[in-house]
Amino acid sequence: MNNLLTNKISKVFKDNKAFVAFLTAGDPSMDKTEEFILALERAGADLVEIGIPFSDPIAEGPVIQEANERALSAGATTDKLFTMVKRIRQKTEMPLVFLTYINPIFVYGIERFFKACQESGINGVIVPDLPYEEKGEILGIATSYEVDVITLIAPTSKDRIQMLAKEATGFIYLVSSLGVTGVRSEIKTDLKTIIADIRQVSETPIAVGFGISTPEQAKAISGTADGVIVGSAIVKIIAEYGENAGEILFDYVKSMKQSLSV
Amino acid sequence: MSKGRYGIHGGQYIPETLMNAIIELEQAYEHYKNDQGFQEELTELLNEYAGRPSRLYYAKKMSKDLGGAKIYLKREDLNHTGSHKINNVLGQALLAKKMGKTRLIAETGAGQHGVATATAAALMGFECEIFMGKEDTDRQALNVFRMKLLGARVHVVTSGTMTLKDAVNETMREWTKRVEDTHYVLGSVMGPHPFPEIVRDFQSVISKEAREQILEKEGKLPDAVIACVGGGSNAIGAFFNFIPDKGVRLIGCEAAGKGVDTALTAATVATGSLGIFHGMKSYFCQDEYGQIAPVYSISAGLDYPGIGPEHANLHDTKRAEYVPVTDDEAVNAFEYLSRTEGIIPAIESAHAIAYAMVLAPQMKKDEIIIVNVSGRGDKDVAAIARYRGENIDE
Repeated sequence: MNNLLTNKISKVFKDNKAFVAFLTAGDPSMDKTEEFILALERAGADLVEIGIPFSDPIAEGPVIQEANERALSAGATTDKLFTMVKRIRQKTEMPLVFLTYINPIFVYGIERFFKACQESGINGVIVPDLPYEEKGEILGIATSYEVDVITLIAPTSKDRIQMLAKEATGFIYLVSSLGVTGVRSEIKTDLKTIIADIRQVSETPIAVGFGISTPEQAKAISGTADGVIVGSAIVKIIAEYGENAGEILFDYVKSMKQSLSV
Repeated sequence: MSKGRYGIHGGQYIPETLMNAIIELEQAYEHYKNDQGFQEELTELLNEYAGRPSRLYYAKKMSKDLGGAKIYLKREDLNHTGSHKINNVLGQALLAKKMGKTRLIAETGAGQHGVATATAAALMGFECEIFMGKEDTDRQALNVFRMKLLGARVHVVTSGTMTLKDAVNETMREWTKRVEDTHYVLGSVMGPHPFPEIVRDFQSVISKEAREQILEKEGKLPDAVIACVGGGSNAIGAFFNFIPDKGVRLIGCEAAGKGVDTALTAATVATGSLGIFHGMKSYFCQDEYGQIAPVYSISAGLDYPGIGPEHANLHDTKRAEYVPVTDDEAVNAFEYLSRTEGIIPAIESAHAIAYAMVLAPQMKKDEIIIVNVSGRGDKDVAAIARYRGENIDE
């Protein structure tokens, strides 16, 4: 069972609506990723998801796919990422989670991976291609190294929602829309009903992601959820401004954070 | 351990968005695979529409020329649409119809599976969209037009390495976008459970027929069955009913490209390692960080960095052997079979022919090899001409 008061991730949702920011590590370089993460925190991000680049990110739309390609071309590796996270941990207490696919974890060695997560200060992992049925692949080991395996719930989860939510720790990643990541002008899923379903069985905080880019969307969604996740909009800024993206990211995230309901 | 395991391999490693669709498919398949009406309808389609059973042809000239074992060719190239792919597609399309789906999507490498899917869609009245890597639409331009002619929309995939792997990525992404009315016709014995089982069952008609045919012609089982392996659908089809026959060697021929000691290869068993990708645990060509390797083969249909989970297990348990065959060997075999038997095989199938040419002379004259000719080579003629330095228009 998730202890909301002691879980490092859950805690950030306790007193305010949380802003969760995503970026792909190593795009355009590990040093810049470090700088950007700190800028995101200063701008008000409560939690940062760090994408470990993967050659074949099947849950991602074109914006994050391209970021993965840029990062890998620039020489990003899981080892370099752990080194960067260790450096960042000297400078911030903010919870950090990895977003990656099961293969980079599996091939690195599940035990070795989660041990390194604990040593470098990673609090959770999001693995889009590891559904409930397969989470036994990593759950025991992740838990033993105090890393939350974040539960994803989709618009198509329907009769699975409560089964998934019951075991969720850290936060619940509620996928707002069908399809892959990417900016959307409209989110049509009936999030209120899904959230009510979840709430019957779980107190774990719920953050909504996929398609959110504007303060208006963030405001509306944070009315019912505990937080919003923004990825593609951030990665787009990095794609456009590269090494000079820091200030623009700061301004963008600041305006997004301010738009959240209180 | 979750469902759909072959030893340690297989499983269902896919996004939550697709889980209910996979469960729905599994339940529908569990129901219809034992439904007599469904099986009769499928058999009628296979026989009357696709032209089954396919012939088991004694390649007398080739056998004599190689001077060893008797070689029989299982002629999947004679099926409607020109390859074994139609066996699986008719089964899945019929299943999708029963499930009330109205739209089929599929990946394709060489275009054989895309053509078969577009064909079934035309026949049964589905909307159809095919995803094909740009490398492959370039080298298999004829099949692209063929799919369009059949009423399908062809999406050219420009992400990643722009080949079969990326076409699978893009089809999976498309499925998560629109899952309610859409069935993903996966073309090989790969992906999340229940696909490896469904595709294997629909392809196992190959070995069911071949086993009966060889017993009728020779009064005994073959000593070896040889098939090419990308994801492995024609191979599992050719192997499946021989698996309990321990005396029958099962040999899968992987695409070695320029050679297994070069980076330009797609031989997964020879050069890959254990991983989890495209919904399954199996062997993949990848680096130490689990990044999937860009693979290469002259054959677009074998140009895939993984292998189906049942093959991975047949390898682990040593029930089947997997051997690498290079571009050069495959092209030689392509030309050899054309010249010797008047049969132009698909460049994929030519990988199996090539290994039969190595193995047959080492065997006795009363021993028997069955080679699965998974498809016909009309689609490859222009590419082979280019390989030989002759520039001809398609």
